Amino acid sequence: MKVQQLIDSGRFRVINEGDGGEREITTPFCCDLLSVAMGRAPSGCAWVTVMGNMNTLAVATLADAACVIMAEGTELDEIAVKKAKDQDITVLGTEEPVFEAALWIWQEMHG
Amino acid sequence: MDAIVLKYPISADDFTRAGEASSDVKSKLKQMGVSPEAVRKVAIAMYEGEINMVIHAKGGEITVEITPENIRMILADVGPGIPDIDLAMKAGYSTAPDEVRSLGFGAGMGLPNMKKYTDDMKIETELGVGTTITMDVHLA
Repeated sequence: MKVQQLIDSGRFRVINEGDGGEREITTPFCCDLLSVAMGRAPSGCAWVTVMGNMNTLAVATLADAACVIMAEGTELDEIAVKKAKDQDITVLGTEEPVFEAALWIWQEMHG
Repeated sequence: MDAIVLKYPISADDFTRAGEASSDVKSKLKQMGVSPEAVRKVAIAMYEGEINMVIHAKGGEITVEITPENIRMILADVGPGIPDIDLAMKAGYSTAPDEVRSLGFGAGMGLPNMKKYTDDMKIETELGVGTTITMDVHLA
């Protein structure tokens, strides 16, 4: 499943559309502790979290996540939105809990 | 062949800029055609180190030396030093203050992650003087 398909699914609010739309998602990944995500987030993951500060985006970039999904209706703060735009990171939002959001992606990926 | 050397000053307590040095190194390595896996290892290890310098030290400087065989990161800070390196290396041990934890850091994974993602890591520290961490990621 590509990042663009997540965007086009209509299931998520688009907070920022970055430049990695054609990237293949390797797996959904759930974690809110940035220190843990930094070491564990697999390259190309769709990272589902409720932690929406600019450091989330730094970790997403450096750990090479395909996109970030803000669950539970959480938002990026203002500085983080700017960083997402500057760095072309795709960030989506959903009212769903972390598990349900990740599960839906998993099911889409595995048909 | 001479090493390509990059230097980045790191300011203490500036979370808005934390990660900029690592991001810059990441994009430069990508442009140089370094393998994505090596780039990811360098980016993760250096970011953890950079965050540590922002949280714990009074700033410092990161030097990155790039040769075709190796990427060396030298993180030198003028901080309080690490009293017990074995304890600091233990996953889950952290002395980060509450405001840092509220940002999602302080899980005690920084140094363990740095070790995990590098091929070689050396810590030199002196209490009240500072800490220098040297990390290597081998290429090819």
